[in-house]
Amino acid sequence: MKKFFALLLVAVMAISLVACVGGEEEKGSVYWLNFKPESDEALKEIAAMYTEETGVDVQIVTAASGTYNETLTAEMDKTKVPTIFVVGNAAAVEQWGEYCYDLTDTAVAKELSDPSYQLKDADGKLCSIGYCYECYGIIVNTKLLKAAGYEADYIKNFATLKEVAEDVHARAAELGFDAFSAADMDDSSSWRFTGHLANLEYYYESVDDPAAWTSCPAEIKGTYMDNYKNLYDLMAVNSATPRGELATGGHDAANQFKTEKALFYANGNWEWSGLAEAGMKAEDLTMIPYYCGVEGEEKAGLNCGTENYWAVNAEASEADIKATLDFMYWLVTDAEASEKAVATFGVMPYTNAAESTNPFLAQANAYAAAGNYTMPWVTNFQPNVDAYRAALVAALNDYNADPTDANWDKVEAAFVGGWATQYEAANQ
Amino acid sequence: MKKKKKKAYSGAAVNSKLLRRPIRRQGWFFLLPMVAAFCIGFVWPFLHGMFLSFCKFKTTSNWQWVGFSNYVKAFADESFRYSFGFTALFAVVSVILINVLAFVVAYALTQGIKGTNIFRTVFFMPNLIGGIVLGYIWSMIFDGILGAYGTSILLNKTWGFWGLIILMCWQQVGYMMIIYVAGLQAVPEDMIEAAKIDGANAFQTLFKITIPNVMPSITICTFLSLTNGFKLFDQNLALTGGLPYIINPDGSTVHTTEMLALNIYNTFYGQASTSRGVAQAKAVMFFILVACIGLVQLKSTRNKEVQQ
Repeated sequence: MKKFFALLLVAVMAISLVACVGGEEEKGSVYWLNFKPESDEALKEIAAMYTEETGVDVQIVTAASGTYNETLTAEMDKTKVPTIFVVGNAAAVEQWGEYCYDLTDTAVAKELSDPSYQLKDADGKLCSIGYCYECYGIIVNTKLLKAAGYEADYIKNFATLKEVAEDVHARAAELGFDAFSAADMDDSSSWRFTGHLANLEYYYESVDDPAAWTSCPAEIKGTYMDNYKNLYDLMAVNSATPRGELATGGHDAANQFKTEKALFYANGNWEWSGLAEAGMKAEDLTMIPYYCGVEGEEKAGLNCGTENYWAVNAEASEADIKATLDFMYWLVTDAEASEKAVATFGVMPYTNAAESTNPFLAQANAYAAAGNYTMPWVTNFQPNVDAYRAALVAALNDYNADPTDANWDKVEAAFVGGWATQYEAANQ
Repeated sequence: MKKKKKKAYSGAAVNSKLLRRPIRRQGWFFLLPMVAAFCIGFVWPFLHGMFLSFCKFKTTSNWQWVGFSNYVKAFADESFRYSFGFTALFAVVSVILINVLAFVVAYALTQGIKGTNIFRTVFFMPNLIGGIVLGYIWSMIFDGILGAYGTSILLNKTWGFWGLIILMCWQQVGYMMIIYVAGLQAVPEDMIEAAKIDGANAFQTLFKITIPNVMPSITICTFLSLTNGFKLFDQNLALTGGLPYIINPDGSTVHTTEMLALNIYNTFYGQASTSRGVAQAKAVMFFILVACIGLVQLKSTRNKEVQQ
C-alpha cells in the first residue's frame, strides 16, 4: 500500500511538472470575456460555428452578473489575456484605455453603420466600438391594459400614467392583476432603479446644461429629483408587493409580468427573448417612456444607448489580435452568424449585419420617427458606479421601510451628494 | 505446541534502513510539491501584495511606486476605522459565545447520552456548508421572521450584527465541539475519581479538574474562533453586504455592518481603480493586526495550560 502511495505521489509530481511546460499555439486564437450573461449560450454556439468554419479557436468566458470589472482585472494579469473585452463608457476608457488596440481603420470598425457608437480616448485613439445598443422604459402588457378599460395610447404623460396605475392598483383584486411588478432592491433588480430610472434625472439636467455634460460632471444639481421621486413612488406603491419587502427582494418581477400578474414592468428590450419564451406576443406588448411629470414629456421617447462596446486587447499577441479582428468582422458580416447574434443582442449597428427583430427596439425607432426625443444613457457617467449605486440602494431601502421626507433627504444625499463624493474618489 | 506461522517475505520492512536511507536522502524531493505549492500559493502572493501596498496599480503587473501615501489614505478612511470597531466587537462576542456553547455541547455529549454520535454529526454538519450559501440561507430565515414585523435584516444594524453572530455560532459551534470532545475525553479518569473521593462536587470537578485539563483545546479553539471572527468575509457579504448604510448629508456613506475583509474588498473593487493600492495597504495592516492578536492570544492561553 505504501509503495502504491509513493508511486502515486511521484506520478502526481511528474504530471504537474509536465503541465507546467505546457503547449504553445501557432495560430492565433480568440478569447472573448463576455459582459452579457443572458447571451452566453448563443455566443458559445457562434464560437463553435466559427471554429468549425475556420479552425480558429474561440473561447467565450462570461463574467457573472455584476462582477465584470473584478473578472476583467484578474484575467488581464494572466498569460492568456482576453482578446475581446468590454470598455463601455468614458470611465472605462480612462481605466482600460492603455490596453485598447487602436481600432481605427480596421475592417470591423468600417462596418459600423452609426459613428456615434465609438469611444475614443483623449488622444483620439478609437478604443472601442459598440456591438449592440439597447433601450429601456416601462414595458406594458396592452392586453391587460385593455382589460382594465384603457386604450394602448391613452398613457401620454405622468398624469395619465398615474391615473391608470392607481386605478388598476385599486381594482387589483377584481382585475386579477396589479399595476407595477415588484421594484425589488436586491442586486439582481436594483439597477433598474439606481441605474435606469436615475437616467431621467441626469438626462433632463443635461438638457438644461449640455455643456456641463460633455464628460462626467464633478457634481450634479438634482433639479429633477422630484420627478425621479414621482415615478419611483408610483412604482413602489402601486404594486402587489408591499413596499416594506422590497429591500430583501426575491419577488421575481419578470415572472410577475410574464404570468400576467402585473401590467407594467420597468426594464429594457433585452427582456424580449424571455418574454417571447414565456409565450407573450409582440402585439400585446409595448414600451413607454419614463413619464415623470416633466414639462413637454408628451414628446419623450425611450432611453436608448449602450454599454456594450468591444475593445481589442493591445497586449495580446499579434496573431491573436489578427484572429480576433477577423472573428469580429465575420460576426458582423456573415449572414448566419449575425442573425444569431442579433437574436441575442437585439440589434447590431453594422451595415451588413442581420436586421433586428426586437419589437421594443422597433418601438424606440417609431418614437424617434414620430419626432419624439430619445433619452440617451446619461447614466453611463455615474462615477464609481458600484459604490454610488450601493449607497443609493441603501438610502432607498430606508425610504421604502419608512417613506418620510427625512428618509427621502437621505436618498437625495446619496443621489446628488454621492455623485460629488464618488467623483472625487474616482479622480484623486 | 503451536506452530508459528511465518509470514511470507514481502521485501524490506517500512522502517528498515534499506528503505529509510534513500528516502531520507531524497527528502527534499518529497517536500518539493508542498513547498512549491506553499511558495506559489502563499509566499509569493503575500510578498507581492506587500509590495503593491506601496504602489498605485490597475492590474497587479502594471504598477507605479507611490510610497506610504496608500497607508496615509487608509488611516484617514472613516469607513475603515468604523469597520475595525465593528469587527473587534463582533470577534469578542463571537469568541465568547462560540466557545461557551461549543464547550457546553461537548460536555453534554461526553456524558454518555444515548445517540451521542448522531448528535455530534448533526452539530458538525453546518460546518460543511460554504459561507456564501449559509449567508443566503440565513438571510431568508431571518427575513422570513423579520418580514412579519415589517422589517428586514438589511434595514437594521442591530439585527445585522446579531444575525451574523447567530450565523457564525451555528456554523462554528459544531467544529469547536469536536475539538472540545477530544480534549474532554483525554482528561484522566483517575484524576476525576480522586476528586470525587476527596468530596469535590460537580462544579468543583468541572472548574478545578476538567477545564484546566482541556486548556490546550481552549487555546486552539479560541485561536480559531478569534481569527475566524476577524477574517470573516463570505458570510458578511452574503448576509448583509454591509447594509444598512449611514448616508451622510454630503453623500458619503458608512456601511454599518461591514467588517474589515469586506471593507477591503469594497475598497478594491468599488471605486474604479484609484483606490486599489489603498485597499492593498488596508490588507497589509489587516494581516499584521490578525497575526498580532492571534499571537498574543496564543501566548496568554498557553500560560494557563497544565502538564498532565
